[in-house]
Amino acid sequence: MTTGSTGGDGLLLEVAGLEALLAALRRHGYGLVGPRVRDGAVVYDTLGSVADLPAGWTDEQEAGRYRLVRRNDAALFGFGLGPHSWKRFLFPPSTVLWHARRADGGFEVVAETPPAAPLALVGVRPCELAALAVQDRVLLGGPWADPDYRARREALFVVAVHCTRPGATCFCASLGTGPRAPSGFDLALTEIPRPDGPAFLLETGTAAGEALAAEVPCRPASDAERREAESAVAAAAGAMGRALDPQAARGALGTAWESPRWEAVARRCLACGNCTLVCPTCFCSTVEDTSDLAGETAARTRRWDTCFGVGFSYVHGGSVRTSVAARYRQWITHKLATWHEQFGTCGCVGCGRCITWCPAGIDITEEARAVAGRSAGRGAS
Amino acid sequence: MSASLEEASAAVADAARSPDPMRTTPCRVRRVLRETADTFTLVLEPPGGSLGFAPGQFDMLYAFGAGEVPISISGDPGVPEVLVHTIRAVGSVTRMMQRLRPGDRVGVRGPFGTSWPVDLAHGHDVVVIAGGIGLAPLRPALLHLLAHRGLYGRLVLLYGARTPKDILFPRDLREWRGRFDVAVEVTVDRASPDWQGAVGVVTRLVDRAPFDPGSTLGLVCGPEVMIRFAVAALERRGVPSSEIHVSLERNMKCAVGLCGHCQMGPVFVCRDGPVFPYERVRPFFGLREV
Ligand SMILES: Cc1cc2nc3c(=O)[nH]c(=O)nc-3n(C[C@H](O)[C@H](O)[C@H](O)COP(=O)(O)OP(=O)(O)OC[C@H]3O[C@@H](n4cnc5c(N)ncnc54)[C@H](O)[C@@H]3O)c2cc1C
Ligand code: SF4
Ligand code: SF4
Ligand code: FES
Repeated sequence: MTTGSTGGDGLLLEVAGLEALLAALRRHGYGLVGPRVRDGAVVYDTLGSVADLPAGWTDEQEAGRYRLVRRNDAALFGFGLGPHSWKRFLFPPSTVLWHARRADGGFEVVAETPPAAPLALVGVRPCELAALAVQDRVLLGGPWADPDYRARREALFVVAVHCTRPGATCFCASLGTGPRAPSGFDLALTEIPRPDGPAFLLETGTAAGEALAAEVPCRPASDAERREAESAVAAAAGAMGRALDPQAARGALGTAWESPRWEAVARRCLACGNCTLVCPTCFCSTVEDTSDLAGETAARTRRWDTCFGVGFSYVHGGSVRTSVAARYRQWITHKLATWHEQFGTCGCVGCGRCITWCPAGIDITEEARAVAGRSAGRGAS
Repeated sequence: MSASLEEASAAVADAARSPDPMRTTPCRVRRVLRETADTFTLVLEPPGGSLGFAPGQFDMLYAFGAGEVPISISGDPGVPEVLVHTIRAVGSVTRMMQRLRPGDRVGVRGPFGTSWPVDLAHGHDVVVIAGGIGLAPLRPALLHLLAHRGLYGRLVLLYGARTPKDILFPRDLREWRGRFDVAVEVTVDRASPDWQGAVGVVTRLVDRAPFDPGSTLGLVCGPEVMIRFAVAALERRGVPSSEIHVSLERNMKCAVGLCGHCQMGPVFVCRDGPVFPYERVRPFFGLREV
């Protein structure tokens, strides 16, 4: 085994090498976050070492159902996506935007922009990389950029994991966002399961990734190992439980404002907002202004919001979208149709989370198909 | 001169693109004018002079600790040293603002959004239709049109208020009525015994207003139903819908296209509006709860 290599694709990393990779990231000042098992699910949290990864765990998922189960090997990334997305680290659920305090007759505003600490995301799936790219367009690509997101984004190191274990609610293959990520990572791993613990094919995506790979014990992968990794990812593409035709969905939803399907789905939807909470691309937020009891200091906090809340569209006199039907229509139409016009991309990356975590088991792919079917039948007017 | 409006709004947009679009700037309240029982005007002094604005744009106004709301700029674009906002007290934040006194501070972010395309109307007639507080965002456009009166054909203002007591900017209305180069019609939903003007919805005034439908720019702001009827009335008179512009209202938290609250179909009202060519938003106007 040699230490480091001349970059390029196709290095082979053992578990010890992965441990060295995490240590190297930490040496370079990165905090580490990655998948861990907590409260019966795989969530993203601070990582200490490889031992924290969900070794030997996988899951069963269906619409409205998620259950961890044991694998018969010690794969570290052999699970489907859990309820967390990386969004929480780049666009946290709650962020203090600024403080204000009373000062000579008025008040002054103190910006709250602590320099973002460098963070390494370990185990980012291709659909999640696609979600990051979508959030970049939304939060950085318009006339105004979000400075907090930008600071966090620029301090990011991404270790991707090409997908070899899609879930039954996944459909990234049909959206072209997985199971292999062409770019968007500093380093990418493909897990090759072995009875005695997995090995990883390691690719570099950036100069920073190459520099880091050079500090890690690994060796050039053999052709057989490369092929093995490739076919595992190729198999994943065929193992997705769902599919969605993004062009058909876009066309249908863009003209389905009055489809009878909205009433039907509204009878099941609880308007709980779980789907927006777990979605890696949902970006809606609200602000909360507070002050202390004496009225001397005040603060503005930004929080995730959901278009399923009745207050979301409130204007004096009442909300624009009072019915659940209108709110579900807003969500799915935004994801699959109007997002294209706003940001030049689909708002959905096919991660399947909204299907798994909907308590009513409502399935975005099924709803899109139902609306498309009906509007095609009605001449898509 | 008026071409500079476009430049002004471009410069304004650049200035608003400061590193942190969510950061508010405290401005001193110079004067508070009572307009009606529930509506008042704040005259603010932006520190370091004004950024300038284009008629139809809005600011996000912040009351210390209470919250922030979108409010149109109602001042004279020819007097950029002060920032003027006319506010109807309807809820928690606007009621808090009603208690402001000279010397107090209000946080300001902005100006944001699109503006009334007054430059498109050179050589043409302009019909301004306002309902209620909707006159506030149209006032800068009217002041601009009157300041450059020679550039336009006939000018018509049709304004509807709930009752005579709710009529905004009575000083302006009196002055404009005294001019011979602008037709001003005011109507109320419910008259008082001493009211001698028109009673009924503002859209009815469209039918006999003096303008040439084939050469007219229509600017409309008010409650959404009123906008719908006003547009229909203009179209009935023969004004092409491509010449009609409307200003819309949606819940707004960021004003810069980042929070998602103000969406109507594919548009962000804060960023793509609030002033829209009617054609752009027409598909969503007849739909419920979009
Ligand atoms: C582009 C734009 C320009 C506006 N210009 C003016 C103006 O010049 N003068 C004026 O009096 N009013 C204007 N409004 C309406 C004004 O913003 C609301 O009346 C105000 O937000 C009410 O806030 P509140 O806290 O007092 O009321 P509450 O009823 O307590 O509202 C609670 C919250 O709901 C939201 N909200 C309520 N009503 C509206 C509304 N109509 N539009 C958007 N958000 C709302 C706000 O976030 C508000 O803080 C404008 C609205 C928009 C979108
Ligand atoms: S809409 Fe559903 S499937 Fe699509 S990205 Fe969001 S959570 Fe994933
Ligand atoms: S679709 Fe499902 S997860 Fe989303 S709000 Fe409705 S019930 Fe909740
Ligand atoms: S107000 Fe936030 S996106 Fe328009």
